[in-house]
Amino acid sequence: MGGDFNMKTATIQLETLTCPSCMQKIEGAVKGLDGIDQDTVKVSFNSSKVKLNFDEDKITIDDIESTITKVGYEVQKSKVK
Amino acid sequence: MQHHILSRKNQITLMSGILIAVGFMSRWTMGNMVIFRWAMIIASLLGVSPIAIQAYQALRVKVVSIDVLVTIAVIGAFLIQNFEESAIVTFLFLFGAYLELRTLNKTRSAIKELTEMAPESALKQIENGEFEEVEVDEVDEGDILLVKTGAKVPVDGTVLSGEGHINEASITGEPVPVGKEKDSKVFAGTILENGTIQIVADRVGEDTTFGKIIELVEEAQDSKSEAERFIDRFSKYYTPAVLVIAFMVWLFTRNVELAITILVLGCPGALVIGVPVSNVAGIGNGARNGVLLKGSEVIHDFSRSNTMIFDKTGTLTIGNPAVSETKYYAANASEVLGYLASVERESDHPLAKAVLQEIGDTTFSPVENTEVVKGGGIVAHVGGHRIAIGNVALMEKENVLLDEKAKADVARLEKDGNSLVLTSVDGQLKIMMGVRDQIRTGVRKDLQRLKALGVKNLIMLSGDNQGTVDVVSRELDLTEAHGNMLPEDKAEYVKKLKEEGRIVSFVGDGVNDSPSLALADIGIAMGTGTDVAIETSDVVLMNSDFGRLPHAVGLTKATKRNMIQNIVIAIGVVLVLLASVLFSEWMNMSIGMLVHEASILVVILNGMRLLRYHLR
Repeated sequence: MGGDFNMKTATIQLETLTCPSCMQKIEGAVKGLDGIDQDTVKVSFNSSKVKLNFDEDKITIDDIESTITKVGYEVQKSKVK
Repeated sequence: MQHHILSRKNQITLMSGILIAVGFMSRWTMGNMVIFRWAMIIASLLGVSPIAIQAYQALRVKVVSIDVLVTIAVIGAFLIQNFEESAIVTFLFLFGAYLELRTLNKTRSAIKELTEMAPESALKQIENGEFEEVEVDEVDEGDILLVKTGAKVPVDGTVLSGEGHINEASITGEPVPVGKEKDSKVFAGTILENGTIQIVADRVGEDTTFGKIIELVEEAQDSKSEAERFIDRFSKYYTPAVLVIAFMVWLFTRNVELAITILVLGCPGALVIGVPVSNVAGIGNGARNGVLLKGSEVIHDFSRSNTMIFDKTGTLTIGNPAVSETKYYAANASEVLGYLASVERESDHPLAKAVLQEIGDTTFSPVENTEVVKGGGIVAHVGGHRIAIGNVALMEKENVLLDEKAKADVARLEKDGNSLVLTSVDGQLKIMMGVRDQIRTGVRKDLQRLKALGVKNLIMLSGDNQGTVDVVSRELDLTEAHGNMLPEDKAEYVKKLKEEGRIVSFVGDGVNDSPSLALADIGIAMGTGTDVAIETSDVVLMNSDFGRLPHAVGLTKATKRNMIQNIVIAIGVVLVLLASVLFSEWMNMSIGMLVHEASILVVILNGMRLLRYHLR
């Protein structure tokens, strides 16, 4: 990873996930975004969390959150560092 | 609008349930088919709305989800004007989802309890010296924090001032509060039961011991075994396949009823949810009982382990050698004990510590010309006398004569597993001490329980001499015991057993045993909670409690069984449903949905049993 990237790690806490196919939906939606490091996207079923790395110059955490909300899952809180 | 409907799913479910009830009542009591028909139509439209929205959202990201199958099935039922079925199917689907959410939350409760123990706020010192309440995320290393009685310690830190008692159960599992004063270490997530302390933050957030434990458990509950990854891949293609099959059935038979029934029956439910549910409940039970299991792959391997290797010192024994016997060969014992203590005071050898502890209060004299004899002991001058302290080899080197009685004592003490500390003054043997490590209480019983659980081979490896090792081995009734082993010898041994096809677990304290812990199929660390072993091993026994090992083995076996039960239930239900749609008359969409939702609840409830698992 070059120094000119502005990569951040986001941990997004969602409402309780109940069906494993939710994970596919969220993964599909998030991976379709520009500025996301595809390989880092991890949706965990039991802890109902999404973890991913993204380029802050290309996309904001708000955009990512609203994408998840659009496929039907409520975002409870998110942490970026 | 979409959000509006989704957030009112529960009300929608309730209303559609009431409508269905009203419809059937009016049909049965008044024979009113008009009310019945309209109640069913409205219930269907109401019920399908959130499902259809979810289906649309899924299709937009190119996923064929269960919602898609159900929506198509309901539309199909509508087209052939079977409103009764469409209403019941949507209601059952929504109500099932509601129950799943409730029960799933239960299975996840154990881990949730743990994460909720995380501190949320802290009192941080600001520029004017006052303390201000801030979110725990805003605390940085080096900040000075105030912790009051009843509050949670927000970070890992060191006490600057004040004193108090802290309950460290969240880290060590030990419920007895620990006294803290200046320079004591404190840990995030522990509770100050009395007193007030000021601390400086050493590690914050995810770097704290508590943060690491939480992260580990959270990752463990979602880690996937090979089998689960297969099921995931399978279900990705399974749902679209069901869609295609249903379409083909319709194409060839022109039987809409049959096609939509297949759509509903084909919903993958219990299969994809069964294994994660067992996993989270098993790991949750472990977390509650001081056993951290790192994921389902670990559960799988550990449940099959038939060979367990133990490090001796610190694992089977307390790791704190103590004097078991003292023999005197001269009258002026108290004077010699003073010399002995004076010399040993300058050494940090574990045997020296044991000797000092045994002697206790005595008169110390200045020590001169101290010389450490490698592999032997110490020679020094005290009060003009030449004092030699060490093993039999040192005595021979110093030309100290051992009489028959002394020789007999040497033989007996060594046979009982003691290390010897002999003291001579001016070439005369004066005192002999036998120092022995104590076996942890209850270890013998724990090992028997392990055997009963199917761990056939219990092997001990130790750096100690073979005599000591044999004594411990006999006392604990081990299968094998090998002494004089360096860490690399132990690792080599683990490798050899693995090559023989055994599934090897290694139990150690994590510091010098890390190569073996890493090499073994299952590395089990006796963690004091602060140890790096938490990161390198597969299983961590909190608070170094050996007694939790049988529970850990029993739990992984129970979890494994539970997973298999769930897979059998899930596959069995699908097979029965498919068979009945082909060979029986009574199968329809509503019954299919009922059985489908019921099977999901059955696997969740079955998984929940693990939360209550206790080794008998």
